[in-house]
Amino acid sequence: MTEAATEGVPSRAPNAPLIELDRVSKTFDGGHGYAVRDVSLTVPSGQFVALVGASGSGKTTTLKTINRLIEPSSGRVAVNGEPVTAVAPHVLRRRVGYVFQGIGLFPHMTVAENVGITPLLLRWPVERIDARVAELLDLVELPREFAGRMPSALSGGQRQRVGVARALAARPAIMLMDEPFGALDPITRDALGGEYRRLHERMSLTTVMVTHDVFEAVLLADRIVVMRAGEIVADGTPHELLRDETDADVSRLMAMPRRQAERVRRLLEASDTQ
Amino acid sequence: MSDQLRAAWALLPDYLGQHVILSASALLLGLAISMPLAIAAIRSKRVRWPVLAFASLIQTIPSLALLALFYPFLLLLSALAKRTAGVEFSALGFLPSLLALTLYSMLPIIRNGVTGVLTLDPAVLEAARGVGMTARERLWRVELPLAIPMLMAGLRTATVWVVGAATLSTPVGQTSLGNYIFSGLQLENWVSVLFGCVVAAALALVVDQLLALIESGAAKRSRWRIAAGIGALAAGIGVAAAAQLGGSGAEYAIGAKNFSEQYILADVLNDRLRAQGKAATQRVGLGSVVAFRALASGELDAYVDYSGTLWANVLKRTDTPSRAEVLAQTADALQRDYGVKLLGSLGFENAYALAMRRTEAEELGIKTIADLAAHAPSLSIGGDFEFFARPEWTAMQAGYGLKFASQRQFQSTFMYRAVASGEVDVISAFSSDGRIAAEDLVVLADPKQVVLPYDAVLLLSPARAEDPVLLRAFRPLIDRIPIETMREANMLVDRDEDKYTPAAAATWLLERIGLPSR
Repeated sequence: MTEAATEGVPSRAPNAPLIELDRVSKTFDGGHGYAVRDVSLTVPSGQFVALVGASGSGKTTTLKTINRLIEPSSGRVAVNGEPVTAVAPHVLRRRVGYVFQGIGLFPHMTVAENVGITPLLLRWPVERIDARVAELLDLVELPREFAGRMPSALSGGQRQRVGVARALAARPAIMLMDEPFGALDPITRDALGGEYRRLHERMSLTTVMVTHDVFEAVLLADRIVVMRAGEIVADGTPHELLRDETDADVSRLMAMPRRQAERVRRLLEASDTQ
Repeated sequence: MSDQLRAAWALLPDYLGQHVILSASALLLGLAISMPLAIAAIRSKRVRWPVLAFASLIQTIPSLALLALFYPFLLLLSALAKRTAGVEFSALGFLPSLLALTLYSMLPIIRNGVTGVLTLDPAVLEAARGVGMTARERLWRVELPLAIPMLMAGLRTATVWVVGAATLSTPVGQTSLGNYIFSGLQLENWVSVLFGCVVAAALALVVDQLLALIESGAAKRSRWRIAAGIGALAAGIGVAAAAQLGGSGAEYAIGAKNFSEQYILADVLNDRLRAQGKAATQRVGLGSVVAFRALASGELDAYVDYSGTLWANVLKRTDTPSRAEVLAQTADALQRDYGVKLLGSLGFENAYALAMRRTEAEELGIKTIADLAAHAPSLSIGGDFEFFARPEWTAMQAGYGLKFASQRQFQSTFMYRAVASGEVDVISAFSSDGRIAAEDLVVLADPKQVVLPYDAVLLLSPARAEDPVLLRAFRPLIDRIPIETMREANMLVDRDEDKYTPAAAATWLLERIGLPSR
């Protein structure tokens, strides 16, 4: 599969830091409470990072500082070595793919218009947009005749595929995903998660995904960052974190997928011996 | 019945055409003003509150009052413009109607536009930011397109309001479907009233349905629906405009105030012009001051007014000299101050008087206003909308020491009903009114001569003061109409059975005074 080089951000050598958060804090009430406090995080090019934690732990806020949907109260965010404040927010966002749970497909636009919106904003020629839309529908495994349909005529899973295709349209190097598969049924969710992981590989994307589902994080991510009350409490590969016993909360969190996997395995063995 | 309907039909192209043009202009202007305001209100919370509060405030003003308020306002502006820039514009007719209706159309458009955008799905708005739209792109590509159903609903509400309220522009001198309603009410021609209402309602419904077609076209992304809706609207406006431009080959404009005698006399003048082979438009149902201003500014070429009215309202005189004196001085002053020509008296007076039921008057032994004064504290009086604010009333009160137990205001048709049915004892009557005889009323004498004389006088606009056609047409009418004949003609129109249209009464009158139409 030959996927053209990403356009938004020039591709860098693998493992060069692509996203850097330096002591980022965010307060919504003038400093009484912090949604995010002193978060520093460096994501190298090509990595798939999962931000996990309970609701209110600050993972979504952290994610949104990267494409400036939220401006940090203090601290610095850089993409590709350049502060995100160096360009206008809309310019930055056209370079960064963004998928979220609400999907937010534009209900008055067809599937093709939804997918092609960022290229349109970037003033790509029409033929190039059309070609790109067809390519993306193939990529997210939607039939091409869906191009003319309205979002209301799609199922939840199909809509989320369109959402992913829209985020990928302008060939971003970075994908930010906020509970992207949260509203889907388990089977669709599993299938879409796996497919996205393969896209991530094939297109050499750098992905930051927010999820409250540790199982999903363990299965999809190269690296898991655990947040609690606005701070990072653990950071490592799934393998490392599954064995980490230093923090009680983290080990309880990470014990869950292990225990579930254990239970399923025992169940399978029991039925085999019967 | 069929006579009245035929008369109404004949007026339809003019009334409907003007109504359509006025409503369409007001809506387009309203939309052009409201959209930027709505957008500003969407973008800034600080703008939102004052804009919505202003639009709501406008809506609380009764539409008739709003229309009426624009007249003095524009008069002031026009005087200001004349002083500073040397240009004058008419404070009557189209302009005040347009402005008032425009203001009236704004609230639903602004409120629905703002609500439509503010209630959009937050996920869609976040997506719009997330895909990299600027504030402007979000507005035009996402927020406004998604608010179209709400916006269209607002526009439809505004349309129904404006088409309805446009009927109220008749009293400020703008022809509209309201002419049917106002003149019908005046002449007790219920066919005309109903006709005006039905046509206005039908117009509102048709336009509303065409807007609904456009709205559904936008929702279903159907180009032909949108095109058909817009096409039909544009065609309607185009036909109305063409009818106005091409159809009215009239050289003269004749005015009339808002009562039967005036309608009849306007038709008399019209007939006389037609006898000279000339066409005239009629602007009827005008307010008293409105009519004179329109004549002085040349929007009207001729109409009939009354010497006492001019004396008090235009000359601003408060003394009460003799009948001949009032006439002569008024003619001089109008010529001097306005260039308006008082061609002469038609031969009868339509003065303010007090009238009561003959039976009651005889019972109480009342023949004059002086007799009435003794009984007044136990009687009630009804007046038309103008009467109690007029100098005649002040003069009567002062001259005879009148004090009534109660006083009420009526539309003049209902005023006569009220006295006939005993709801009030005394009314302000006009001496030439046909209903005085019909309702068996007596007019009370004015022995002290405190009330001004009201000779019906024919006025010509400054530009047409020496117009040979007008002079030829109208001179024969001077001193030609006796009060009995005028009363009778008024009665033909005002009575309940076998009503005449004003035009038919005019024909009857001209025949009676020996100036038949043909």
